[in-house]
Amino acid sequence: MKGSSLRTHLGEYFGLTLVLGVLIAFFSFSGGHFFTATTFRTIANQVPDAIFIAVGMTFVLIIAGIDLSVGSVLGLCGAVIGLALTRWHLPMPVAIALGVLIGVACGALSGAIIVRWSLPAFIVTLGMLEAARGGTYLVSQSKTAYIGARVERIAEIQLGGISLLFIAAIAVVVVAHLVLTRTVFGRYMVAVGTNEEAVRLSGINPRPIKIAVYIISGALAACAAVSNVSRLGAADPNAGIGFELNAIAAVVIGGTSLMGGRGSVINSLFGVLIIAVLENGLAQMGAQEPTKRLVTGCVIVAAVVLDYYRTRIRRVPAVPSQRPN
Amino acid sequence: MATEPSPLLEVRALGKCYGAVQALAEADFELRPGEVHALVGENGAGKSTLSRIIAGLTTPDAGAMRLSEASYSPASRRVAEHLGVRMVMQELNLIPTLTVAESIFIDRLPNRLGWVDRKQLHRDARAVLARVGLGELDPATLIGSLGIGQQQLVEIAAGLATTCRVLILDEPTAALTNKETELLFAQIEKLRSAGAGVIYISHRMEEILRIADRVTVLRDGRVVGARSNLQRGKQQDATLLQEIIHLMVGRDLGAAQFRPKVARAEMALRVSGLRAGSAVKDVSFDLRRGEILGFAGLMGSGRTETMRAIFGADRRDAGTMYVGASATPAEIASPQDAVRAGIALLTEDRKGEGLLLPWAVRSNVTLPTMRSVRSPLGWIDRVRESATASRLVSQLRVRCSSVEQPVRELSGGNQQKVVIAKWLERDCDVLIFDEPTRGIDVGAKFEIYELLRDLAGRGKAIIVVSSELPELFAICNRIAVLSAGSLVRIFEEQEFDQNEIMRAALTNY
Repeated sequence: MKGSSLRTHLGEYFGLTLVLGVLIAFFSFSGGHFFTATTFRTIANQVPDAIFIAVGMTFVLIIAGIDLSVGSVLGLCGAVIGLALTRWHLPMPVAIALGVLIGVACGALSGAIIVRWSLPAFIVTLGMLEAARGGTYLVSQSKTAYIGARVERIAEIQLGGISLLFIAAIAVVVVAHLVLTRTVFGRYMVAVGTNEEAVRLSGINPRPIKIAVYIISGALAACAAVSNVSRLGAADPNAGIGFELNAIAAVVIGGTSLMGGRGSVINSLFGVLIIAVLENGLAQMGAQEPTKRLVTGCVIVAAVVLDYYRTRIRRVPAVPSQRPN
Repeated sequence: MATEPSPLLEVRALGKCYGAVQALAEADFELRPGEVHALVGENGAGKSTLSRIIAGLTTPDAGAMRLSEASYSPASRRVAEHLGVRMVMQELNLIPTLTVAESIFIDRLPNRLGWVDRKQLHRDARAVLARVGLGELDPATLIGSLGIGQQQLVEIAAGLATTCRVLILDEPTAALTNKETELLFAQIEKLRSAGAGVIYISHRMEEILRIADRVTVLRDGRVVGARSNLQRGKQQDATLLQEIIHLMVGRDLGAAQFRPKVARAEMALRVSGLRAGSAVKDVSFDLRRGEILGFAGLMGSGRTETMRAIFGADRRDAGTMYVGASATPAEIASPQDAVRAGIALLTEDRKGEGLLLPWAVRSNVTLPTMRSVRSPLGWIDRVRESATASRLVSQLRVRCSSVEQPVRELSGGNQQKVVIAKWLERDCDVLIFDEPTRGIDVGAKFEIYELLRDLAGRGKAIIVVSSELPELFAICNRIAVLSAGSLVRIFEEQEFDQNEIMRAALTNY
């Protein structure tokens, strides 16, 4: 029992580990200084924002929703934290709590609207994307708030040579993975994404589950804001633009279905890492922004095509492709 | 033996595997011109596979076919249709946003330089529709706005619109009214006299005995018997039906009775003055523990809607409900409330609303009872969950490779058992079954009936909605009849009579 479940787990992560390994090997052997501690430290410093957001996005996609507002919510939370520190001179923990509260509020609002009027999440969160960015510019008066060393310290804390933020991001991945696979709430999430009506008719109210997932997504966008602000030492009103699409790309590379009901937080982490390695490696090879984007785009599509074959191979022996009778 | 006309279609030793499942093995079959040849068998017997191969939808692994003496191996549905072999599918192939006329002529829209010639299209469509008795129907109507029965007729009209040598009808009357069925039969008669062959797949024995010249019985992918020279439309030898059923299931069914012996004990549910939407106008009844109450009525009489309203799945406009012996009305505004009050609904759409198809049997059966396999911190106790699932699977004799098998791989009967298992564990006192045996083969049907009887014996109160009167007669203590949204009469066991119930069902039309 345990052995077989271990084997399926290895099988589940093997494909992406392989892709990541091949990429690292490729960049290491193609000259330059890719395979060095500096590179990995750079990547570890960059990815926490993306990891936080990708975890939230995984949850949202699993319930067959989508959250396009995460980038803007990141911006808004960052702006509020900046305001709290530079203008109101609030203590750091209070400022961070305020930022997280804003993230939670944005998620709750999106979720409540989606659920109350049964609206498509795409439209509601697109509205939130615009509104939260507008809010960011209002709060920050469209100016970058320089905070300085006070906040940079957070990004500089290290445990055994690894930044605290990276460790926190990994911890969030682990907790989210356990919530998804081991708890009743996680089970309900996958159920809602698989067949919401069946869940409702099983006597389970899907609405609070859906709202909770958008709240989690908003809260994680706020965590990403803390990470972003502390790395830059400033709250940039343009922070987080385009993050929603990056997160969706990472999550989809990780094999999570846009149709809901299927997904893995750990694989989303791999998705984030694959994109990060790709971008850093290409940068070290001297590739400019256009090339980087071109290659990243191709990798996203290739990963999804690969996933199509992976799931097909797994299913074919068990289920006939056409239903006899 | 009299001299037989040479066959129109000849099938020899056809075989087809899906993975490890042998869907069809060494199947022989022939169709003569002007013949209606019925295919019968339980679900999964291979009827659909055989007809899909003939219609070019599936390629066989073994065997050969001949059409009018010429070798025939269609590579696609298009090729088959070009040769005059056409199949009307059980599951509709229509696109809801197209008009009726467009659907019929979808692959050959009359056009000038790519511009659709609407006049000609509608003229042709009207002619074809008139043949299936839909002459009144405007060809510009959207498919999506038609009822299922009418959609089915449009599909059949599309089948008839082309010159057709072999027409395959897969459960064509499942959604048709009696009048529509008569029209269809008239059409089949015309095809027959024009020398075409019809392959007719149906579960309904009366129909087969009425229109078929020959019957071939399939079981587990093999042809297990055939009966020819049926006396079409005449009073049949009663043993013939018995014989066919015997071939289908491989055993005798007899006149098994599944009615629970009721003590007529405590009240389980009282419904009074229920009204919901446009479909449910006035429904009042009471239900006692240990009894099975049937709900009969024509299509559209509001049976499903009544049950959904009781369960809180749809909004209720008026009416009160009392659960158990309670004198205070129950507040049921959602399925969640209903389940809490001890009412469960097993919907007619098992796959769409009752199950999470890609999920394992285990997680499907524990879904409504997650709380009981939860540790204090919200973790799922996997050991306890598996144990619960295994216990239910063996109790209900669900045939699955393990509790980890996805339910989409199970047969209809076993899927239904999984749904029952799910609610059994939730321990609801009132169980509402909407069409519990739809799409389930005969053998599994009887197992479901036994289960229902046992549940009633354990003091559950059961409601069964069914379109098959013989089914209700065999299992119910009482039968309530709905007519156009109102409950018109409740028949006691000694009053069960097909004609009387039919009359009651027609009261409000």
